[in-house]
Amino acid sequence: MAIIDPRHAAKQLVYERVFRSATLSAALLVLLILGGVAVSLLRGAWPALAHFKFAFITREVWNPVTDEYGALAPIFGTLVTSLIAMLIAIPTGFGIALFLTELCPPLLKRPIGVAVELLAAVPSIIFGIWGLFVLSPVLQRHVQPWLIEHVGDLPGIGRLFQGPPYGIGILTAGIVLAIMVLPFIAATMRDVFDTVPLMLKESGYGLGATTWEVIWYVVVPHSRVGMVGGIMLGLGRALGETMAVTFVIGNAHRISASLLAPGTTISSSIANEFTEAVGDLYTSSLIALGLLLFAITFTVIAAAQAMLRRLERRALSSI
Amino acid sequence: MSRRFLRKLRNSAFLGLSLLATLVGLLCLGAILWTLVSRGVAGMNTGVFKLMTPPPGGTGGLLNAIYGSAIMTLLGILIGSPIGVLAGTYLSEYGRGSRLAAGIRFINDVLLSAPSIIIGLFVYEIVVVRMGHFSAIAGSLSLAILAIPVTLRTTEDMLNLVPQAMKDASAAMGAYPWRTTLSILYPAARSGIVTGLLLAIARISGETAPLLFTALNNQFWSSDLNAPMANLPVVIFQFALSPYKNWQDLAWSGALLITVAILALSIGARVVLGLLQAGRGSGR
Repeated sequence: MAIIDPRHAAKQLVYERVFRSATLSAALLVLLILGGVAVSLLRGAWPALAHFKFAFITREVWNPVTDEYGALAPIFGTLVTSLIAMLIAIPTGFGIALFLTELCPPLLKRPIGVAVELLAAVPSIIFGIWGLFVLSPVLQRHVQPWLIEHVGDLPGIGRLFQGPPYGIGILTAGIVLAIMVLPFIAATMRDVFDTVPLMLKESGYGLGATTWEVIWYVVVPHSRVGMVGGIMLGLGRALGETMAVTFVIGNAHRISASLLAPGTTISSSIANEFTEAVGDLYTSSLIALGLLLFAITFTVIAAAQAMLRRLERRALSSI
Repeated sequence: MSRRFLRKLRNSAFLGLSLLATLVGLLCLGAILWTLVSRGVAGMNTGVFKLMTPPPGGTGGLLNAIYGSAIMTLLGILIGSPIGVLAGTYLSEYGRGSRLAAGIRFINDVLLSAPSIIIGLFVYEIVVVRMGHFSAIAGSLSLAILAIPVTLRTTEDMLNLVPQAMKDASAAMGAYPWRTTLSILYPAARSGIVTGLLLAIARISGETAPLLFTALNNQFWSSDLNAPMANLPVVIFQFALSPYKNWQDLAWSGALLITVAILALSIGARVVLGLLQAGRGSGR
């Protein structure tokens, strides 16, 4: 005969309440961290924002001697390097995902998939020193002279490829970033492609479509939302990436038309200058850069997550 | 006939390009690993593990940096992972289906891919500025904040995989949810949670940006948590950008060490997860 001991039951209830509040407070801490990040960055950035007002994001000047700071060059560098990275990584990632889902022999599918994912696990600082010591000498000696000679004289596009071949610079940073975000884009696209119902693809083949036609007219339209979500997740990484870029960007606070020239990004400015910054306005301006980066990446990542979530719900409802 | 030929041609062209893209991706991984191994092994000797970071031109090793990295990663995981596991438990068990849980899940996914340098600035603002100096504690805290989203995500995913029947059985025995969670769910999801921990360690042990303004660096041996502490990523950063040959060699050795450790952890996490799935398959 089991008789419930009231003291035992009361104790159980206490444990239950303690455990429940422990898990709840841990979960709330996540919200608190994000809120804390926003508030502390705002507070740190306030002196600079109050001093320069809106001009902070429209001026190119960055001069610690005269204590004048404008964020235009880092914003420009961040956007351009990320754009280059996406231009390279989207088609390549698409190709890898396509190969893994449609072409790859089953035996190789897992090893290649794991290799791509391992590329994602390599810490960014490794990409940085590799970019500095291996990639930029190659670009400087072989690729950039060719670009300057053959593309540099063309009207319009030529302006992007003029000036001396430094090796390091905006273009190099873009390429290193592309290699870094490639695994994220490839892995997300592969997962999205895998959600396309087999029935749809088989219907395409049944109509006599080639593999490419099935991919282009069936798989891609069906995966559009997920693909954009994956791309934006990659973009979020590229915009905020610090170490890989810091090594190869050249850290010059100016905007040049040429992609071969050195530049700077928001995150590399912070990494390079924060510990050496003297004076409240200088430190505050760097934190204001951080606030800008936070706002930009938060928007991009949140949009990406919203898209991937929509896809998940659709996948669930179609089952 | 020619239309069919064109279609076939286009098919082969695009499939060829996709093969090319895969080869490029694998080539990048190969090139990076090859450089790491060839340049890292060249500078590798027992001194790397026995001596402190040297002055320019002198001989030395990475002992203080390896020690610092190990301590701060360990502390980061010890602080961050319990929070992540508990929060993941809330999302999976107590808050399932609620709006609050959905919101927290969303914010967590955003934190998961947020730039780590922002976390560094945050900890600088709330810890380093208050304390007035850089410290290993601040470094560990920023690593802990980076570890939370990873462990939270995997814990929730793994707890969701535990069959509802097991929870129902436990509830039918009269167990409160806390008892069910501790005695039924955690053991059932153990290897999944361990995978999350390994992935979190892999993620934070290579982080450089958040340590730059929290733990800073230290040329000497220090086990004082309240003082700047040497660590591998920041040493690699400073030494690789220096003009001194012996510093650059050490940077490569450190880079090799860190990459080998992280790849081993990532592969280990996959193996644990594979064992879990294999066990599940044969159990049914």
